[in-house]
Amino acid sequence: MPDATVLPDTTTTDGALLVLAIVLPAAGVLLSFAVGGRHVERIAFVLLPSGLVLALIIFADVWRSGHRLIYIVGDWKPPLGIALRADGLSAAMMVTMAIVICAVGVFAHADFGTRAGSVETRAPFAFWILLMAIWGAMNIVFLGGDLFTLYVALELLTFAAVPLVCLDGRAETLQAALRYLLFALLGSILYLVGTALLYGSYATLDIGLLSHRVHMEPATVAAATLMTVGLFAKTALFPLHLWLPPAHAGAPAAASAVLSAVVVKGSFFLVVRLWFDVMPGMLGPAGAQLFGALGAAAIVFGSVVALRQQRLKLLIAYSTVAQIGYLFLMFPLAFDTVSAQLQSGGALTGGMLQAISHATAKAAMFMAAGLIYAALGHDRIAELGGIARALPMTMFAFALGGVSLIGLPPSGGFLAKWLLLEAAVATGQWWWAMVMLAGGLFTSGYMFIVLSRALAPAEQPLKLRIIVPRYQEAAALALALTSLLLGLAALGPVDVFEVGRLDAMMVMPR
Amino acid sequence: MNAATLFGLCGATLVGFGLYGLVTNPEPLRKILAFNLLGSGVFLVFGVVSKRAAASGLGGDPVPQAMVITAIVVAFAATAMAIALVLRLLQETGRATLSSDDPGGTDTDRGNA
Repeated sequence: MPDATVLPDTTTTDGALLVLAIVLPAAGVLLSFAVGGRHVERIAFVLLPSGLVLALIIFADVWRSGHRLIYIVGDWKPPLGIALRADGLSAAMMVTMAIVICAVGVFAHADFGTRAGSVETRAPFAFWILLMAIWGAMNIVFLGGDLFTLYVALELLTFAAVPLVCLDGRAETLQAALRYLLFALLGSILYLVGTALLYGSYATLDIGLLSHRVHMEPATVAAATLMTVGLFAKTALFPLHLWLPPAHAGAPAAASAVLSAVVVKGSFFLVVRLWFDVMPGMLGPAGAQLFGALGAAAIVFGSVVALRQQRLKLLIAYSTVAQIGYLFLMFPLAFDTVSAQLQSGGALTGGMLQAISHATAKAAMFMAAGLIYAALGHDRIAELGGIARALPMTMFAFALGGVSLIGLPPSGGFLAKWLLLEAAVATGQWWWAMVMLAGGLFTSGYMFIVLSRALAPAEQPLKLRIIVPRYQEAAALALALTSLLLGLAALGPVDVFEVGRLDAMMVMPR
Repeated sequence: MNAATLFGLCGATLVGFGLYGLVTNPEPLRKILAFNLLGSGVFLVFGVVSKRAAASGLGGDPVPQAMVITAIVVAFAATAMAIALVLRLLQETGRATLSSDDPGGTDTDRGNA
């Protein structure tokens, strides 16, 4: 086994930053439990921005050096020890999630803030702790270097996400949370069986080591299938999406934004890690086409159901089901028929950009929908007339989010879909291009249904229930603008996704 | 048949029972119990892996044992959370089901919307 001798895994300079990215949120959660009450929001307000700064430093480091950041925990090298690694994919996703979580933090100040003199309640306390826990769990998902650490991260993510669904404690949301939890538990136990089988076959779960030892055999195929199905259930890929719409639509607006923008990307990221990093040669042409077909079915099904929704939040939730479909189109497009491997390149970049632009756009749309709900007291699409005049900034944010979902230039969605289309044309797979174009039409369909209602004049003068705070609207608008301007990344760091992928191949030749 | 194979087959059977129960039972409490059965099967598989991958001179490979302890803690926490949700649902609606035509659920929804 040559890999044991040429193992390049040593802690790099600045590798300690990766530890900080995991320890900070964990410390925040523990400290919040200790001091309790109204200090929790203050702790979050210090820690969330420092998390963003940390993610930006890691991103700049990875981008400038062109190499991965690695930290070997306790100097115990894999296979016995645990490595934390930040490649281009992790760094870009970390920054995105930190931006979304910070914006959600600003937005949530109105709903979950603790005002001087008010009675302490349970929901804000839980919300801020769960928000920090999600941030920490996502960082472990992005940085974890072995499959078991990633399992623990997945479970942390689930345990932080499920209570967010039922923060308000209504029976309907409790039911949605329970259904979500059962789906997620089934998903993670399937993933766990897969790790057991892989460890039994190869005696390591470290991603780098495993990628060199893994080969086609029944146990590996079974493990890969189980893990993938489990992760699909957690990502809510059609036909395992049933839990998503009620959970995401029923949660408070700030929580919906986190769930839809951040949490589903965690398990999606693991699918990418598993197939692109651990076993790029195992998927095969049929498997890649199957992933694409499930994605295409998700796009069509999610969009058609979204078109028929009466309620705004449910429409956005079904739109998430459809947009998740796009993420899986990158698997057939990244499949290189010559080497029979998943290759990083335009398709992978396009897929990751889609994940990033969807995260920012969808968070903005859920926030806007939450503001509309709070102002009108309902979110029935048919009765939205006049709201664009009453809350212009909110509607603008919603529309910009929609622009990115549809994929109009210069949005991130445009760049993502353009890269995916380019890959589809280059590999001669026109049928995926058709699906993408049809998906764009569907998306514009449901966006225009909402916008035409919202821009219509009100039948009777609108009486808003609350005065919507300006900073909440600004948080939604800032995220929507991020998503819109993401297309300009084509001029800058779009090749950052490749960082670390080449490293791993060059230093550890087969 | 040696002990490892026997325990492996037991683990596989438990996983099968658990999976079947989790998918087919409509009652949340039964689903949670089925999840625990499924989990026990997986933990047993970890034990088998540990025995089969044992290095020379050791009774078992300690790494899967360390993993399974973590997994047991996680499954315990998951069960506690699921039970808490079921109890809360029972308090709110008087019955704990997952069916969407639950009258209690829709009533509460209407009251709040």
